[in-house]
Amino acid sequence: MTDRSVAASSVNLSSIVATAEQLIDGWELVVGLEVHVELATKTKLFSASANRFGDEPNTHIDPVTLGLPGALPVLNRQAVELAMRIGLALNCRVQPCTFHRKNYFYPDLSKAYQISQYDQPLNVDGYLMLPADVRVGIERAHLEEDTGKSTHAGGTAGRIQGSDYSLIDFNRAGVPLVEIVSRPDIRTSEQAKQYVGELRAILLAIGASDAKMEEGSMRCDVNVSVHKPGTPFGTRCEIKNVNSIRSVGRAIDYEARRQIDLISSGGVVKQQTLHWDDSVGRTNVLRTKEDADDYRYFLEPDLVPLAPDAAWIERVRVALPSLPAARREALAKLTGQSKASEAVAIIVERGQDAFIGEVAQVGGDAARALIYVQQAFAEEPAVPRVPAGDVAALSLMERNAKVTSTQAKTLLAELVANGGGDVLAMTKAKGFEAMDMNALEAFVDQAIAADPEAWASYQAGEHKAIGALVGAVMKLSKGQADGKAVTALLQAKATVR
Amino acid sequence: MPEAISRETVEKVARLARLALNDAEVTRMTQQLAGMLEHFRDVDALDLSNVEPLNQPIPLTNVLRDDVVAPSLDRDEVLASAPAAQDGRFRVPPIVGFEE
Amino acid sequence: MSPSRRTVVDVASAVANGSLSAVAVLEENLAAITARETEIHAFNLVTVDQARERATQIDTDVRAGKTVGRLAGVTIALKDNMCTRGVETTCSSKILAGWKPPYDATVVRRLADEGAVFVGKTNLDEFAMGSSTENSAFGPTRNPLDTSRVPGGSSGGSAAAVAAGFATASLGSDTGGSIRQPAALCGLVGVKPTYGMVSRQGLVAFGSSLDQIGPITTTVADAALLMEVIAGHDPLDSTSLPQPAPSLAGELGKGVQGMRIGRITDMPAGSSPDVLAQLEAAFDALRNAGATVVDVRMPSMLYGLTAYYLVAPAEASSNLARFDGVRFGVRVDAKDVNSMYGATRAAGFGDEVKRRIMLGTYALSAGYYDAYYGKALKVRRLIADDFATAYAKCDVILTPTSPTVAFKFGDKTSNPLAMYLCDVFTIPTNLAGHAAMSVPFGTGEAGLPVGVQILAPALGEAPMFRVAGELERAR
Ligand SMILES: [Mg+2]
Ligand SMILES: [Zn+2]
Repeated sequence: MTDRSVAASSVNLSSIVATAEQLIDGWELVVGLEVHVELATKTKLFSASANRFGDEPNTHIDPVTLGLPGALPVLNRQAVELAMRIGLALNCRVQPCTFHRKNYFYPDLSKAYQISQYDQPLNVDGYLMLPADVRVGIERAHLEEDTGKSTHAGGTAGRIQGSDYSLIDFNRAGVPLVEIVSRPDIRTSEQAKQYVGELRAILLAIGASDAKMEEGSMRCDVNVSVHKPGTPFGTRCEIKNVNSIRSVGRAIDYEARRQIDLISSGGVVKQQTLHWDDSVGRTNVLRTKEDADDYRYFLEPDLVPLAPDAAWIERVRVALPSLPAARREALAKLTGQSKASEAVAIIVERGQDAFIGEVAQVGGDAARALIYVQQAFAEEPAVPRVPAGDVAALSLMERNAKVTSTQAKTLLAELVANGGGDVLAMTKAKGFEAMDMNALEAFVDQAIAADPEAWASYQAGEHKAIGALVGAVMKLSKGQADGKAVTALLQAKATVR
Repeated sequence: MPEAISRETVEKVARLARLALNDAEVTRMTQQLAGMLEHFRDVDALDLSNVEPLNQPIPLTNVLRDDVVAPSLDRDEVLASAPAAQDGRFRVPPIVGFEE
Repeated sequence: MSPSRRTVVDVASAVANGSLSAVAVLEENLAAITARETEIHAFNLVTVDQARERATQIDTDVRAGKTVGRLAGVTIALKDNMCTRGVETTCSSKILAGWKPPYDATVVRRLADEGAVFVGKTNLDEFAMGSSTENSAFGPTRNPLDTSRVPGGSSGGSAAAVAAGFATASLGSDTGGSIRQPAALCGLVGVKPTYGMVSRQGLVAFGSSLDQIGPITTTVADAALLMEVIAGHDPLDSTSLPQPAPSLAGELGKGVQGMRIGRITDMPAGSSPDVLAQLEAAFDALRNAGATVVDVRMPSMLYGLTAYYLVAPAEASSNLARFDGVRFGVRVDAKDVNSMYGATRAAGFGDEVKRRIMLGTYALSAGYYDAYYGKALKVRRLIADDFATAYAKCDVILTPTSPTVAFKFGDKTSNPLAMYLCDVFTIPTNLAGHAAMSVPFGTGEAGLPVGVQILAPALGEAPMFRVAGELERAR
């Protein structure tokens, strides 16, 4: 352990090069992220007290959590499994690993050391593909414990500076974390946002974390540097406390501009840890590297090595659900949408793509099912509680013009309200019947006769005039006409002239 | 082998260890640590180039527990033995001076 | 002197069959405490009321025909670095004064489950750092056999309590010899089990990769019985061996016929002649009983001392960081939290503890790790390798436990290195994680007891107890 630094060196030449449009005034931006996610376990990483957010302070404490004299850590199997899921989902190699103590004093760090992984982490050498097929390397994804929470009181309330005292809650202490360290492969703030968004989607999909940035169960530290293409990387600054995807973008844009302006005016970027203040949209210096902490890492003697064997890794791998990228692609293919479309992204994130797949499976129309899901199930992330067969039946009725899209919407609402139903019977009960073309044409002619002015201007190329005519047909048909069919008929009549 | 320990190093180590030593203690500690480290030079006689460090005497791996919740300690009992507590939390003096 | 000490084996069987009352046993101990504790200072705390209540309960259970456990009525003194729920646990440090743990150490629970009666918490060198119990923040313990002398350490209070008849037996903890050396200096049996044999859960850590809890008793059979109770897998300690406690009581009568006893030919010098004479006598006794003595070499033994005095402080510097005045123990208030840490720890820790925290912090810090801690771990490997070579030729190895008999107060306090040399024979076992024990064998200077150390490989408790049984018969 001669070189005890694990972080990626900052003097590498860039292998991933920004495109001309991505450069900022000729400068290339280089970003790497360290993302901490709290794992969705029942208990803490090294003890049996509950891993729960939002309860009364100090109600999930035990001798290990509090670092009481004589307390010893014992590793949580489920935390290891979830960490392995993360590693495998990020295409990492899962390897034998050890735990180290990272020694430093802070009131919310009960033992005055954090148990973390150091030179032998659980997951190494993976990657994550951004939706736009940009590959971001994953250096490592390791297990470690969270700290407690300090509240600063008195003085200027809520701030460290000028506070009179602080209060410590250890409920969060010992909660299992996985720290996911990317390689410095990101070249724009947009890619950084996509990276965090995609990572979040993966974590949700594999059930490893609830990944709520606003509650702190997913937290980003962003490393930013700038340099001229083809030259070594610049000195990087680490921005802490970036608590939303939007802030990731803002913080990077701000910091890149700050560094470029600094260098351009003859200054030098110092290696610093910065704090992102979202309210004013700027970074502040937290500390400079000169007073780097000396963490005195050494192997944790109270724990033994973790060496998942091939069979265990394989069990976790085969149990992994299909990941968001693959699901988006499948859904796009099934519904005829673009895999980059927002609708596809949202439905996959909400886990509703499986339902659409089921509708298609029983012979339904997937494209219409996607619209139904957007219409009727946007409010709750839950899987629709309507039999896929009923939705499939509805989609076919609409496709075959047995009901209009407006009628379909009404029927869907009723299906949702009743948790399903016989679509054919419901259609009949409502008196929804597909109008035959003769009846429809009669209504259309009636509408033209009633409003010759509108018809004349429509014929003269005034497209907006069609609205009044369609509206009139709808009124005449008591809403039973299909708007699309009416439009088509009017268009046909206008052309035939 | 690094050179003998200096007074400045002893002061830095004391800061790292959060031990507020007075001048006399720093002086005494500098001498005693120097003596201990001098003694450690004995091992220079050994060829350790191909020796694997031994961290843990008995090799075990994969010691794991099931993810099952056990009751929390009683907060009042725990806070009663804390030097200072307030609002269900441990109270400490203001957190400053970490960026020395 | 307290010549008529009861044994664990006798008390347990007599109390269980109703021929002796647990209260009577306890009252004998309490009477001895009343007579001599002021002079000896074996205890930081005597838990008189709890002990009486417990002993009474056991007698009631016996009369009611209930099962009372393997240690019914056996009075036990606990080293004051083992957590006892609701009972002060101080590690003989000002920084923990008044702290009552909210939980019991695993060993405490196991003893209680078998009917043991806890007499109190015994004095130690602060945080078990020392070899004479002179480093206690609450004053030294005196050797009951000669009160001008130390009882050894760091489990000096636990050894003195048994030697003075304050308890039937006691538990100590051994990081570099802290059970064996005081047992030797007080004429008792002391066992350092294989690392992982006895749970460390609830033992306030000193050197986590070295610490083991073990018994201090008047007889080898007592030690065997206590081992059978406290050893065995504990899911709360990740380094606990995944196996049940060994059966040892049956080993004692087996004799040593055909066993191979190692004699270290390159043993570090410095032992006094009286001690070496008894070691020779022990070899003779075992030879007479049918064992063969074989020569082995331990070229790195002396370096073990050097390695130990970096490995243990390094681990301790981290283990003792949690004593920060935030969650438990004593705080010295200050204007900000960092000043509070510094002031609390400066006022709360004694000199020896500070010295070791400083040394350990230094050895782990950036730029020095490889030169010190990293090297010490390599020396540790050499020791283990030396043992492996030796145990290919023998079953156990005999050495002195301590280079001298009990020494006088102040003899070694001025020079830390001289004090550290007390542990030269005991330390290698901890570094290797092996088993070892000290048994009294004859007397030396001033008629004081000499301890012979039996070293055994990992999980070598059975042959070790066979040899101990033989030495006890021959002494
Ligand atoms: Mg980090
Ligand atoms: Zn981290």
